[in-house]
Amino acid sequence: MASYAVRRMKDRLFFFLGIACIVLAVLPLGSILLEVVVNGIPLVSAAFLTSVPGIGGADIGGIGPAIQGSLVLIGLTSLIGIPLGVLSGVYLAEYGETRYANVMRTINDVLTEFPSIVVGLTVFIIVVLREGVSLGLGFSPISGAIALSFILIPIVARTSEEAIKLVPNALREASLALGVRRWKTTMRVVLSVAKAGLVTGVLLAVARVAGETAPLILTVLGNTHFFQGFNQPIAALPLQIYTDALAPDPGIQARAWGAALVLILVVLSLNVVVRLASRDRSGRRVRK
Amino acid sequence: MNVQKEQPARMTEEGVLRAAGDDLAKKTAESTDFAAKIRSVDLDAWFGKTQALKRINLGIRPNKVTAIIGPSGCGKSTFIRCLNRMHELVPGARSSGRVLLDDEDVYAPGTDPVLIRRRIGMVFQKPNPFPTMSIYDNVAAGLKLTGMRRGKNLDDVVRNALQQASLWDEVKDDLRKPGTSISGGQQQRLCIARAIAMQPEVILMDEPCSALDPIATAKVEELMVSLKATYTVVVVTHNMQQAARVADFTAFFYLGKLIETGPTASLFELPKEELTERYLTGRFG
Repeated sequence: MASYAVRRMKDRLFFFLGIACIVLAVLPLGSILLEVVVNGIPLVSAAFLTSVPGIGGADIGGIGPAIQGSLVLIGLTSLIGIPLGVLSGVYLAEYGETRYANVMRTINDVLTEFPSIVVGLTVFIIVVLREGVSLGLGFSPISGAIALSFILIPIVARTSEEAIKLVPNALREASLALGVRRWKTTMRVVLSVAKAGLVTGVLLAVARVAGETAPLILTVLGNTHFFQGFNQPIAALPLQIYTDALAPDPGIQARAWGAALVLILVVLSLNVVVRLASRDRSGRRVRK
Repeated sequence: MNVQKEQPARMTEEGVLRAAGDDLAKKTAESTDFAAKIRSVDLDAWFGKTQALKRINLGIRPNKVTAIIGPSGCGKSTFIRCLNRMHELVPGARSSGRVLLDDEDVYAPGTDPVLIRRRIGMVFQKPNPFPTMSIYDNVAAGLKLTGMRRGKNLDDVVRNALQQASLWDEVKDDLRKPGTSISGGQQQRLCIARAIAMQPEVILMDEPCSALDPIATAKVEELMVSLKATYTVVVVTHNMQQAARVADFTAFFYLGKLIETGPTASLFELPKEELTERYLTGRFG
């Protein structure tokens, strides 16, 4: 048997190995964040956040339309995707013992990992195009939101299912034994207990779609003007970053850093706002 | 305990049970000649292919406490869950036979189980107040979620229910606190208040004290006795002393069958069946 000193040395060794692994994993993330903040901060000003993009050179303008566009797209996507996603999760968790539900669950899992450019292309063909079998909506916020919903719904459905499954069966039974109908038990008892998990899942999904670029290229196109209407192309932060970063003009490339910083801040503030809103009445965080 | 010795003993019990089989139908039939609040008639219940209840004929007297006793797995909980149609909610579970609530079959075609459950309240083994609701909302939950609050003063309903559950004095200043913020014994009385607020006719209790300490148990037992003035109470318990303390009538279940039923005192002192006696004296179970 190894002596105490040897065992203690091993313990130390593994402890430091663990720390080293965490540092290794966080280092790239930290360096990206640092890079974005260092390069982005000098650009961020009230004018930068509210004005339209300039043509380059001395006039780089701002990212107002992109911010507005991203908020519109996130809002529309949430409107379409969150109810559908959560209800799918409810179905899978509460009624998901059938073969049909198992097939749906598998398809949903496949969709979760679907390449987003394929989603963009699919929506381009069935929603955007003005010919063939398409809905013919053209490049528009609605088309973009539909594409983003394709990405949002499977994630929300999966995380909602998991959150709802964590609700103890004893609470469902308590409610049903009172003579409460099943749908009401689900809506008022189960979902309220699962709320924290639902919110976390929705947040993760919204944060993910807020940064999606590929599906937007083929569905909203981008725009240098503020919101033009629900049937017109619209700007979005990830698109702005993509096109600006590829531009030859160094000023416009710098604008991409500013937009990246803003995108990170938008996602972060969304996170904070929703977490604040999901507190219960007594001000505590809802127990997970 | 010596396993080898126990094996043959068990087989004899089964033998006794088989021999008593024909007799049993006759004896339990004797217990049907009174006006019962609830009565099961030839009630069978299954979980998948396993039969959990075999031809149960048991009448529950109104405004009395009836205890169901028996070893684990004998079907006591399944029996009371059949009474308010909770049994069928378990995947793969089914039942046949009749359950008469005031002579009305709760399994009759076209009967809405939800409406039956509003007339037969239930309290579970582990206290299960709704964690996202306040004490007040827990008690009011039944009325609110079934749309039965109209024309009722919720404050009065909540106060009455909590008073009947002898919890009012302990929580009257904390009605807005979460239902899970009180002790386990208080939570169980909160669950009883939640059931009472629906003004059911019958209250089923499924081992309501097995998660509670002795002091909390004593309070719940007192409550059972006081509740029978207004409600018909059925309590499942694996604690024979508890049955002796609170129940007016006791039914002994074994291996899914009703072995014996009668007034608690006579069942405990002069059991008619050998099995009952052996169980009560602690020789098996």
